[in-house]
Amino acid sequence: MSLDWPAIELSLGAALLAVAINLVPGVALAWLLARRAWPGKALVETVVTLPLVLPPVATGLILLEWLGRRGWIGSWLHAANIDIVFTWKGVVAAMAVMSFPFVVRNARVALEGVSVRVEQVAATLGASSWRVAWTITLPLARRGIVAGAVMAFARALGEFGATILVAGNIPGSTTTISTSIYTAILLGHDAEADALIGVSIALAFAAILVSELLLRERRP
Amino acid sequence: MTPFLELRGVTVRLGRFVLEIAANFDGGWTALFGPSGAGKTTLLEIVAGLRRPDTGRVTMDGRVLNDGAGRGQVPPQRRGIGYVPQDLALFPHLSVRANLDYGRPPGDDDAFFGTVVERLEIGGLLAQRPGALSGGEKQRVAVARALLARPALLLLDEPLTGLDAALRERILPFLQRVRDEFRVPTLYVTHNADEVMALCGRVVVMEAGRVRAEGATRDLFVPREAPGWRLR
Repeated sequence: MSLDWPAIELSLGAALLAVAINLVPGVALAWLLARRAWPGKALVETVVTLPLVLPPVATGLILLEWLGRRGWIGSWLHAANIDIVFTWKGVVAAMAVMSFPFVVRNARVALEGVSVRVEQVAATLGASSWRVAWTITLPLARRGIVAGAVMAFARALGEFGATILVAGNIPGSTTTISTSIYTAILLGHDAEADALIGVSIALAFAAILVSELLLRERRP
Repeated sequence: MTPFLELRGVTVRLGRFVLEIAANFDGGWTALFGPSGAGKTTLLEIVAGLRRPDTGRVTMDGRVLNDGAGRGQVPPQRRGIGYVPQDLALFPHLSVRANLDYGRPPGDDDAFFGTVVERLEIGGLLAQRPGALSGGEKQRVAVARALLARPALLLLDEPLTGLDAALRERILPFLQRVRDEFRVPTLYVTHNADEVMALCGRVVVMEAGRVRAEGATRDLFVPREAPGWRLR
């Protein structure tokens, strides 16, 4: 029995990259949702939640149409010599879209939990809006933001339906842990599938452990 | 003499509550006295720049902070007004030391820091987090943090409300010490007449969003039959 190492590497790398890409826009959007009133807010909230509600395959199909060479995003990227569909970038795109709601929703709840009074007092002490955000709001919301990032990472690792449509299942190129397990089962390679399931469980434990370490109280 | 802080035709509507204020404050300690719901905290928020009035003009020491014309609202970080809300709003994730340092001007001298810490007797708390402090300690740290930002005006929102009688008796001398030694003009919100008499020379009496009376505390309050004071 052999482990599908390329699939493990791709899954890990793409999931980390997807979360990294999501973090800044996700937290910024969460802040806008938590602290500002603006027209179209309800619509944006719904659109952000869609990947949670739609069958992943449906999200994948939409992405395939948008990111394909004739799609409205894909044609533009193709002109710049960037192809997403059926490449590792497609894996990252599928994972990023599927995990974005976890980043936004967790960060939003965390930001809503930060006392407006505390931010206001920081402002009366002379702090600019940026300084308030960096020294007060984000540190106080960091538990929720980290929790959201970990959930997003876990969701990205487990992603199957959207990935297989956008990136396909090309061994050594776009095959992830999930799609590799699927192939192994189809081919009757049960031991290989079991081994990859073991790897998935180990990664889940590692992700939880890392988040616990990140959240450990630092003493002043 | 022009007043230190002047509010002219300041109005703000919050649902069915309407605040309508014209008042002058001199450079000493002035009490904002009245029942809850009178609009005292709302008034502090307007002065601090945390709430924009619908109309009216706020000037401090000749500087226009709010101009009803719409433009000309100085943001809180550029007002130089210290605000200690009723819930204190200490930064829970920072040490007492970092809380105190937060608003200090760059290059502020350590002598002043030392004086504030010593006079409020919080030197032993610097390494702690706010969560580990008692109610009275938190109170002193919050006042010290505001003072260390070198404010031109201090806003204290019911600092003694919610503390038990014994603790109030212990904190009051600290506030008197702050008043006498640092001499920062202060608006002191309270609904307790004894606090007004213990701390403030002047008082603005508020009720239902309006100023009902203003003047020297000695003119507006008389002793109760029992020890203490009540509104005339």
